[in-house]
Amino acid sequence: MNRSTYILTAIVVLLFIVSWTLKAVSLSGEVDDNITRGFLITISAFLTLAIFSFLYKDNPFYKFAEHLFVGVSAAFWMCQGFWSTLVGNLFPRLSEGLSNFFMVPYQYSPYNITYWIPVILGLLLLMRLSSKAGWLSRWPLAFIVGTTAGLNFIRYLRSDFVVQVSSTFVPLLGNESHPWTGIGDFFSHLSLSASGQFMMILANWIIFLGVICGLIYFFFSKEHKGVFGFASRIGIWVLMITFGASFGYTVMGRISLLVGRLTFLFRDWLEIIS
Amino acid sequence: MPNIGVSISLLVIFGGLAWLLIRSISGREVDRRIIFVFIFVAVAAPLLFPITFQEKATSIVRDLFDRIEELPEGSHVLISFDFDPAMAPEVQPMANAISRHCLDKGHRVIFMSLWATGQSLMTTTLTNVILPEFPEKVDGRDYVNIGFKAGNEGVLNVIVSDFKKMFPTNVNGVPLDSMEIFEGIESCADLDFIVALGGGRPGPKEWVLFVGDPADVPIGVGVAAVVAPQLYPYYPQQVIGILGGIKGAAEYESELTHRRERFADMETPGLHMMGPQTLAHLVIMSFIIIGNIAFFRKKRSGSDSR
Repeated sequence: MNRSTYILTAIVVLLFIVSWTLKAVSLSGEVDDNITRGFLITISAFLTLAIFSFLYKDNPFYKFAEHLFVGVSAAFWMCQGFWSTLVGNLFPRLSEGLSNFFMVPYQYSPYNITYWIPVILGLLLLMRLSSKAGWLSRWPLAFIVGTTAGLNFIRYLRSDFVVQVSSTFVPLLGNESHPWTGIGDFFSHLSLSASGQFMMILANWIIFLGVICGLIYFFFSKEHKGVFGFASRIGIWVLMITFGASFGYTVMGRISLLVGRLTFLFRDWLEIIS
Repeated sequence: MPNIGVSISLLVIFGGLAWLLIRSISGREVDRRIIFVFIFVAVAAPLLFPITFQEKATSIVRDLFDRIEELPEGSHVLISFDFDPAMAPEVQPMANAISRHCLDKGHRVIFMSLWATGQSLMTTTLTNVILPEFPEKVDGRDYVNIGFKAGNEGVLNVIVSDFKKMFPTNVNGVPLDSMEIFEGIESCADLDFIVALGGGRPGPKEWVLFVGDPADVPIGVGVAAVVAPQLYPYYPQQVIGILGGIKGAAEYESELTHRRERFADMETPGLHMMGPQTLAHLVIMSFIIIGNIAFFRKKRSGSDSR
């Protein structure tokens, strides 16, 4: 660190103390509580600004905030893993003594003996830390991968394949709420309402053609020329519109996060909005 | 005063964009930090000088609202808080609005979370919304907080057939068997409606895959904008309705304030966030247009010189 960094750090520390003091004074309630709340709000605000400072350029304040976030996250998830998985799920089924020690209700079942299997697999997973016995950690890993694949296969096959295929079989002219009664009736009752027959037919045709053209784009056993090539180009358009919609939603999500942080800074820290 | 603020902000933003257009057309580079300043002003100005827009619920949001509206009083609704503070600005307004709606309709609400971070956000909703606005509702009879349980999809895989095996007690250690709200509830299949709120894994998609489809329980979802497009293929066969990002939250709040008189003056953070959203989107769209104009102009001048 050079001299200017030391001076900047001193200024930031000074600003932090001033902000903390002003915040604690501005809060209503018990003095001790105000000091704690003032500190928490001020540290949150300074860490937010430290992360934002990366937009200007990389700097030590950003690095501090980043490292603090990674460290706190790792510690948080380790504690969560212990208290929610081991204490919350395993110990109550493993031993009455352990359950009493951690003050969680013991859940007796004659099949509780089977919970020793995850205990052994969990210990084997820790063997990864050993250079000689590291290969043992592959067994629980294989169990995890196999179980996850087995569980997900059926669910995805049903919900993301079978039901999705059936959802694509849409009526192209009429359905239960809007039965097709002839072209004369269709034009005499023509309406651009979102729940009307015309929009329903249009939406269903877009789904039908979009799926067909999208699939054609990924069919490489035939050269994309003529009618096939035209359908393939429509398929690209369908994909691009889909990616565009995803991009739009992503922008909306990121802006919402920025709004959330700025609301915190303006309302909770600076108190310039209500 | 707010109108003057809005006018000055708009003048700064669109004056700046005009300057950006001239600079881009003349082929000069624009520092990325200038783009950040534009976005900051576009988001900060409507927060400091609030601009509000009228939102009209789209059918995908209205379907979810109508389902909660049409359920008979006393129906069991489960709301799962599967999100973290990073998603909270988008998803918490949905959680608050849906919780209000369910309790006002007299439904029995079960709050749970598949995310450890969801537990504190659930407490926020209970403390800031339910306790002050519904003092007559009784914990254990009208609503219950059963907290977070580790295990991701594994939890769903168990509760789809046996609820109390995974959640023997509520968050305070009170056995679920002793609670009035759990009378007749053995598994997720006994629930009348599930609202899955989230945006990661496990989240609304896993609720559809592991509970909604196998147990044939109607599900409505509220998701962070980033994952909303992944949920659209499930509508309307596999999910009743979708609240996508803050726009979905704003539409739901609008529907609630218009159709339930009690909430006409409620806090509407979702609707308030639409001002910054709209202005920021206008700025981003302007960037895209300016960038394209500069690109085609450069391309044209390049081909002319050849």
